[in-house]
Amino acid sequence: MTSALFYIAGVVALLATLMVIRARSAAHGALYLVVSLLAVAVVFFTLGAPFIGALEIIVYAGAIMVLFVFVIMMLNVPPSRRIRAGFWLSPRAWFGPTLLALVLAAELAYILVAGLPGGAGVGVLGAPDAATGPKGVALSLFGPYMLAVELASFLLLAGLVGAYHLGYRVARGEEECA
Amino acid sequence: MYAWLWTIPALPLAGFLALALAGGRLSRRAGAAIGCGAAGLAAAIAIAIGIEFLASPPPGGAFAQQLWSWWQVGALRPGITLYLDPLSLVFTLVVTVVGFLIHIYSIGYMRGDEAYNRFFAYLNLFVGAMLMLVLGSNLVLLYLGWEGVGLCSYLLIGFWYRDPANGAAARKAFVVTRIGDTAMAIGLFLLFWQLGTLELPALLERAAGTWPVGSGLATATALLLLGGAVGKSAQLPLQTWLPDAMAGPTPVSALIHAATMVTAGVYLIARTHVIFSLAPFALWMVGIVGAVTLLLAGCSALVQTDIKRVLAYSTISQIGYMFLALGVGAWSAAVMHFMTHAFFKALLFMGAGAVILALHHEQEIGRMGGLWRRLPVTFWTFVIGGASLAALPLVTSGFYSKDWILWEAWLAGGAHRWLWAAGLAGAFLTALYTGRLVFLVFFGPERTAVSRPPGTAMRLPLVVLAALATVGGFVEIPATLGRLPLFSRFLAGTFGGGAHEQAYDAAHGAVHAAATGAAHATAHGHTAEALLQLLAVLVTLAGLGLAYWIFLRRRELSTRLATSGLGKGLSRFWLAGWGFDALYDALIVRPFVALARLNRADLFDQISRGLAGLARLAHGGLAATQTGRLALYAMGIVLGAIVAIAWMVWG
Amino acid sequence: MSAVPIMHGLLLASALFLLGLLGVLVRRNVIFMLMSVEIMLNAAGLAFVLAGARWGQPDGQVMFIFILVMAAAEVSVGLALVLRLYHQFKSLDSESARSLRG
Repeated sequence: MTSALFYIAGVVALLATLMVIRARSAAHGALYLVVSLLAVAVVFFTLGAPFIGALEIIVYAGAIMVLFVFVIMMLNVPPSRRIRAGFWLSPRAWFGPTLLALVLAAELAYILVAGLPGGAGVGVLGAPDAATGPKGVALSLFGPYMLAVELASFLLLAGLVGAYHLGYRVARGEEECA
Repeated sequence: MYAWLWTIPALPLAGFLALALAGGRLSRRAGAAIGCGAAGLAAAIAIAIGIEFLASPPPGGAFAQQLWSWWQVGALRPGITLYLDPLSLVFTLVVTVVGFLIHIYSIGYMRGDEAYNRFFAYLNLFVGAMLMLVLGSNLVLLYLGWEGVGLCSYLLIGFWYRDPANGAAARKAFVVTRIGDTAMAIGLFLLFWQLGTLELPALLERAAGTWPVGSGLATATALLLLGGAVGKSAQLPLQTWLPDAMAGPTPVSALIHAATMVTAGVYLIARTHVIFSLAPFALWMVGIVGAVTLLLAGCSALVQTDIKRVLAYSTISQIGYMFLALGVGAWSAAVMHFMTHAFFKALLFMGAGAVILALHHEQEIGRMGGLWRRLPVTFWTFVIGGASLAALPLVTSGFYSKDWILWEAWLAGGAHRWLWAAGLAGAFLTALYTGRLVFLVFFGPERTAVSRPPGTAMRLPLVVLAALATVGGFVEIPATLGRLPLFSRFLAGTFGGGAHEQAYDAAHGAVHAAATGAAHATAHGHTAEALLQLLAVLVTLAGLGLAYWIFLRRRELSTRLATSGLGKGLSRFWLAGWGFDALYDALIVRPFVALARLNRADLFDQISRGLAGLARLAHGGLAATQTGRLALYAMGIVLGAIVAIAWMVWG
Repeated sequence: MSAVPIMHGLLLASALFLLGLLGVLVRRNVIFMLMSVEIMLNAAGLAFVLAGARWGQPDGQVMFIFILVMAAAEVSVGLALVLRLYHQFKSLDSESARSLRG
């Protein structure tokens, strides 16, 4: 059952992501992306990482995507722009990138199937146990990865300050050069 | 006191370093203080050492001070060794004292110039290099100083570099003297190859010991050294650079192109006089070069209209006298003429500079006149200098030195008497053009008004040099006027009584005792000398009188002469320095330029052009990737990622 | 619970990654480009979690948390930049900011 869940959620994620990059308007794209993220969260649950699954929903879908939606709504792009984007969704625009993506996919597939040295690709996914459950993750975070946590908080602070400064004048609506 | 010898060249060089490194940040006062201070200290120490040398000469008549060993390749081991003997002492004193006075003069002359400190830096460098030249104890060190003064000459002629004509004149000076320098270098190679050393006392001894008189090697070496001397001293055939060198500031003309650098050739020949004594043919060539040059330059000086060019040709002519003296073996006479010439020529140049500045950069004598009342100090000192140049009898130093040279030329006998005749004719020309200069510049109607009379800084050196030009001759009074051979006795330490001298005397059969200062042979007696002196005096006075007549009293006579058919042709020919510039241009410069143009696209040019083209190609290629399109950049990243992964997995 | 081979999980992750890459390369609207980047980040995180689950260690999840943090910071700064871009060029087209041309 869990494995079936995995595959179904996987298919949903793939389809939703496909719809994202083919969306006509940004709002549609954002919503499709939320669906994709939720599907991936389900995948996490099936992998025995419930904490991460919850985090995916709360943070990724619930904060980051909401931020996207905010900006999209704020910018309120007029319809004429959207129509001009039509060309870029035609097959001609897709050819090159698709080719590149396929090549990369082939590479990745090869690596995965042939297996990396050390047999890292072989194996099965198991059920959550004490090591991989929320408790294990927490112990790991406050143990060996303590420094990284602090650094991550620095990063967040930097992002906060940067975003504030960048957005300040725009928010105030002043006319000025970049 | 001798231990302080090294400071004499070191002080100006240190001054140069200080001014070169920090001159841009120093005030003008500081720059002048450093420049003049270094030169003045060097002069003071030189005088002190000179006094000690006279009072208690060092053992062996010479003092050598080894500073450090310079380099060593095989058997060639030149060291930075300073060698002080009477000859180098005389040169050192003249260079430092006259140099110091010119430094003082420059404070006034270069006032307001934008590159004030740079000027003093170069002047200091020059004095330092010249001192290395005269104090070097081996020919390699001499050559170092030689090149150094050549460099400074280039830097100072082209001092006002913004005008391309000055740069061209500087290049001309450098290239022409280079030809001489190359000959000299080959001469040094030859010397080392044959004699195994370039240390001066040892070299001369070995030469006297191994080479017979008239040997081919000695002649070849001497001729090569003569080539070098001819280049640096602006004698035939390499004299074309000196008149153009007047493009530099007047203190430069005074210091380098009158008193010191151009006499480096004289110093070289005097230093290696042993080799020249061993090569009578080369010595004869020295004399010929001197005689011909002095006549050529004298004629040219007669028709020049730029006050500095008159003095330039006069310098060439007077150095011709020095070469003439060397050519008859009268080494001390040549050195004395160098000394007196340094005094009065520097004086004349500085006076000319004062006149030029006073008339607001006017250099054409046709536009000068009537200045004797306006610029009294300049006038009187210029007259004293001019009198010395023309060898006015008894009261000028020029008289004593020039007379000595003429007497020595006569004494040498035989074909050398032609040199004497040339010298005599030259004396007439000298008096004529000197008189012309003085009368046209200082007398007659005032054509340009005086706008900036010279200040104290400019007038003080003039007065000092005028005094020196007057009394400087009294160190060597000929037998006819009461013998006082102080100078020749002093220089006997360098030139006197060695085996080489006797060899020369034996080869020439002349009782030639000028170098030793011993009593002249009674075979000629004093009457001949007195008669010849009288003749020279008459010639000089005749020249001055003629100048007075046709340039002052009856000006129309000279203008009529100048505008007559023959006169016009001659003056144009003489004005252009006997056509040497045109000759060299047609013979050497044009073919060379044509060759260079032909060779424009040779291999090396292709390589550098190819490199430039390659860079341009690469630039074009890289610029094409800068499209500003984000999608393209992203694609580039992906491409790179693909390549990298492929490399890692399959590479 | 029957096990799922990790290979399939990694294939899913790579497929998502490639879709995100395609979106970055093709779409010109900067919002879409940013969203595609998010897809890619998500896919990478998925791969980490898969690896952690396969070896039974929490490190994979820890990595995912850090990726999440990084994505959050990046999105905030990126969207602020998008706002400035829009403010400057009055358009969300990435081609509109093309003046830095070779």
